[in-house]
Amino acid sequence: MANRIKIKKGLQIPLLGKPEETFRGRITSEYVQVCPEDFQGITPKLKVKVGDTVKAGQPLFFSKMHPDMMVASPVSGTVTAIDRGEKRRILNITVKADKENVYVDYGKAAIDTLPAEEIRKRLLAAGIWFVIKQRPYDVVADPGKEPRDIFVTGFDTAPLAPSYDFILKGQEADLQAGLNALAKLTPGKVYLSISPDTKNEGLRKAENVTVTEFEGPHPAGNTGTQINYLAPVNRGEVVWTLNAPDVLFIGRLFNRGVVDLTRTVALTGSEVKQTGYYSMLVGTELTGLFAENVSGKGNLRHISGNVLTGTRIEAGGVLRATHFQLTVIPEGDDVHEAFGWASLSPKRYSAGATYLKLKKAYRLDARLLGGPRAIIVSNEYDKVFPLDIFPEQLIKSILAFNIDKMEQLGIYEVAPEDFALCEFVDTSKLELQRIVRTGLDMLRKEME
Amino acid sequence: MSLRKFLDKIKPNFEEGGKFHWLNSTYDAFETFLYVPNKTSKSGVHIHDARDSKRTMVIVILALIPALLMGMYNVGYQHYLAVNVQAGFMETFLYGLLAILPQIVVSYVVGLGIEFAMAQMKKEEVAEGFLVSGLLIPMILPVDTPLWMIAVATAFSVIFAKEVFGGTGYNIFNVALIARAFLFFAYPSKMSGDQVWVRTADTFGLGGGNVVDGFSGATPLGQLAVSDVSRFGDFSFLGITGNPLSLWDMFIGLTPGSVGEVSTLAILLGAVLLIVTGVGSWKTMLSVFFGGLFTVALLNVLAQNAAMEMPPLYHFLLGGFAFGAVFMATDPVTSARTEKGKWIYGFLIGVVAILIRIFNPGYPEGMMLAILFMNAFAPLIDFYVVDANIKRRLKRAAVKK
Repeated sequence: MANRIKIKKGLQIPLLGKPEETFRGRITSEYVQVCPEDFQGITPKLKVKVGDTVKAGQPLFFSKMHPDMMVASPVSGTVTAIDRGEKRRILNITVKADKENVYVDYGKAAIDTLPAEEIRKRLLAAGIWFVIKQRPYDVVADPGKEPRDIFVTGFDTAPLAPSYDFILKGQEADLQAGLNALAKLTPGKVYLSISPDTKNEGLRKAENVTVTEFEGPHPAGNTGTQINYLAPVNRGEVVWTLNAPDVLFIGRLFNRGVVDLTRTVALTGSEVKQTGYYSMLVGTELTGLFAENVSGKGNLRHISGNVLTGTRIEAGGVLRATHFQLTVIPEGDDVHEAFGWASLSPKRYSAGATYLKLKKAYRLDARLLGGPRAIIVSNEYDKVFPLDIFPEQLIKSILAFNIDKMEQLGIYEVAPEDFALCEFVDTSKLELQRIVRTGLDMLRKEME
Repeated sequence: MSLRKFLDKIKPNFEEGGKFHWLNSTYDAFETFLYVPNKTSKSGVHIHDARDSKRTMVIVILALIPALLMGMYNVGYQHYLAVNVQAGFMETFLYGLLAILPQIVVSYVVGLGIEFAMAQMKKEEVAEGFLVSGLLIPMILPVDTPLWMIAVATAFSVIFAKEVFGGTGYNIFNVALIARAFLFFAYPSKMSGDQVWVRTADTFGLGGGNVVDGFSGATPLGQLAVSDVSRFGDFSFLGITGNPLSLWDMFIGLTPGSVGEVSTLAILLGAVLLIVTGVGSWKTMLSVFFGGLFTVALLNVLAQNAAMEMPPLYHFLLGGFAFGAVFMATDPVTSARTEKGKWIYGFLIGVVAILIRIFNPGYPEGMMLAILFMNAFAPLIDFYVVDANIKRRLKRAAVKK
C-alpha cells in the first residue's frame, strides 16, 4: 500500500468542458512547428537551415550552454521556415512533414545493462533530454549535475486536466522502462506521485520507484507541492522533475530505439463542442481540430496546456512541447458587464464568498475582472498554497530582488506554476507567475 | 448600450495624446465603476477570480451600513432627548441623516479629490481604499465636529499617512484613525469632554429647541473616568438627561458617543457579513476580544477602584471597542499579514486598549491609540512569524549535511 499524503489547501476551479474519456483518433498536419521558448532555460543554437531534410529524432537545435544537449524534430521532412523575433531570437522552426514518418534509429537497448553515463548520453543525443526539468530555477535539467532525487508526477489536478490513467493506458511497458532509466540517473530515490483514484496498474504497481498517493484539491498534482511534502529542496541541492507521460518518450527510446514524440492530448474547455482525447505529435498544427470542434461564438482564446499555466496560441497554433492538454475558452474582450462590483450574476465565479456560488460549473473567460493594485488583501495566497512557504513574503522579496531573503524564504523550492492559483485568486490582479519566472531567471544568472 | 457607446466615443480624448489625457485616471475610475474592464490576461493564468479590489471595498461598505444607520438614528434620538421634544421615528432619523451626510460628503470630496489627483500624477489607476476610509472618518468622530476640521484631518491623513508611503496598500497606519488622532491632538476641546457627543443645535432648521435642565453630554466611559465612586456596584451610567442607562441601551446604541461606534448590535451585523464573505479576518476580531477579556479579568481580580472593577461586557459594549475590533483592527494593509501574527496582533490591541482606558486618566477611550500603536508593531510581529519558517528551512538544510 502506498503512503498517502493529504493536501488541505488549494482550489478546484469548477470549469465547464471536462474531457470525456473517449479516444477520438489521430491528428496529423502538413507542417510541424517547434518553438524553442517551450524549453525553459535553453538558449538554442541551430543544427539545421531552411531546405535541410531531417528524420524524426534528428536534432533541430542544441543548447548553447550544453552543446551535447539536442532537441529532436518530431517528424521527418524538410525544414521550410525558421522565424526569428527581436534580437534574432528564434521563435519557431517549421518542418514540412513527409507522407511516411522516417525515424532515426538510435538502437534498442536493455536499460539494466547500460551504465548511467550511457543512458545520460543517449537521452541528450536523441534530443529528448528536455522532458527532464530541474529545481531550483524550474528549467531543463543541467546534465552536468547529479540530481539528489527525481520526482515523477503521475496525475494532474489542474482545471479540466487530462487523466494520466487514460493517457498511459496500453503504454505501461514504456512507462516502466523510462522509470528504470531514471532510477539509474540518481543516487537517491525516484518518487512517483499518484492520485488515490488511480486505477492504472502501470502507475500503482510501478517498480524501482517510491510510490506516494496525494489526495486533495489542485495543486496536489503539482510536482512542487509533492517535493515540498516528500523531500524539500535545500540550498545547493538539485532535483529533477518529470510528468509521467513525458517518461514515455524515454521508455520508447530504449524499447524501440526511436524518438517518438507522440502524445495523447485532451481537448477541453467550455467552447469545445465535443471534448475527448486525440493522439498527435508535438508541434502538430491544430487548425483542423479547432475548426471542427470549437463553437464559433464570440472571440475565443486557444490555449496549449491548461488555463492556469498554458501558453496562448492562435486558432492556427501548434501543440507545444510540454503539454498534454488543449483548452478553448471565451476571450471576453467583447463583453461589457455593468456594475461588476455590485453584480449578483450567477455567472461570476469567485473562490471566496464575496459572490454566491449558485452553479456547479462555470464558463469563465480571459478577462482580468479588475485593475492591478498593490497587494492589499492578506491570507489570500496562503489559502491556495499548500507549500511550507510564505507566498506573499516570497513574492515581495522577488520584487525587491533581495537574494538573501529569497533564499531564506524558499525560492529554490518553487516554480512559477506553484503560484498559478495565487494568481487566479489575487484580488490585486498581479502577474505572479511572471514575477516568479523573472526572479528565478535573474537568480540563475546571478548564481551560475 | 447607449452609455457604453458614449464612453467608447469619448475614450480617445482621455488616452495618451488626447485632449484630456491628464484626466486619464479619472476617466478610468468612472469607466471601471460603470463597467467591468474588458482587458484580458497577457501572461500567466488565463482566467481570473471575479473578486477584485472594488468588490472587496463594497463588501466593507455594506458591512458599515447598519452601524451608520443606527448611528444616524442615535444622533437624532440624543438630540430630541436633550431638547425634550417628542419626535417620530422618521423625524429622528432624518435629523441624524442631515447631521451626518454633510460630513460624509466632505470626507469623500476631500479624500477622493486628493486620491484622484495623486493617481493622475503617478499615471496609475485610482485605488478604492479611500471609499472605506472616507466613510469611516465621520463614523468615528463626535457628531459636532465642524466640517472644516473633517476636511483638514482627511487631507492630512490621506497625504501624510497614505500617499507619501505610496498609496493604498503601502500605508503603515490606518488612514481613518490617523484622521481621528490628528483631530484628537490638534483640537482636543472638540474631540473630548461633555459638549461634543450630542448635537443640541438644530440641523438645517430641523429640531430646534432649548436644552433641558440637568443635561450632561458625557459618554459612559467619560462618566466612569471622572467618577469618585470606589465600587463599580455603586456606580451607574446615566443618559444625557440623568436617566439610568441599561445594558440593552448600550447594546443597541442609544448612548452618547462617536456616530458609528454606539450600536454594538449593528457592528455585530457588519462583523457577520465580513466574516461570512471572508473579507474581514475573524481571527483578528476574536483575538481583540480575547485580549480585552484577558486584561479585564486580570484587572477585576486586582481591582482598586470602580474602573478596574468594571466587568468585561461593559468594556465591549461601550466606546469604540467593538467598532475598532471589527472595522479597524481588520484593515489588512495595516494589520499583521500572517495568520499567526493576526492572533498576536489582535490580542495585544485588546490588552493595550483596556490598559489605556483604565490607567490613563487623560483618555477615557483607548481603542484608537491601541490600534495605531499595534499598527506600528504589526511588521515586527510578522517578522518573527516568518523568521520561524526561515529557521525551519535552515535547520532542514543543516541536518542534511
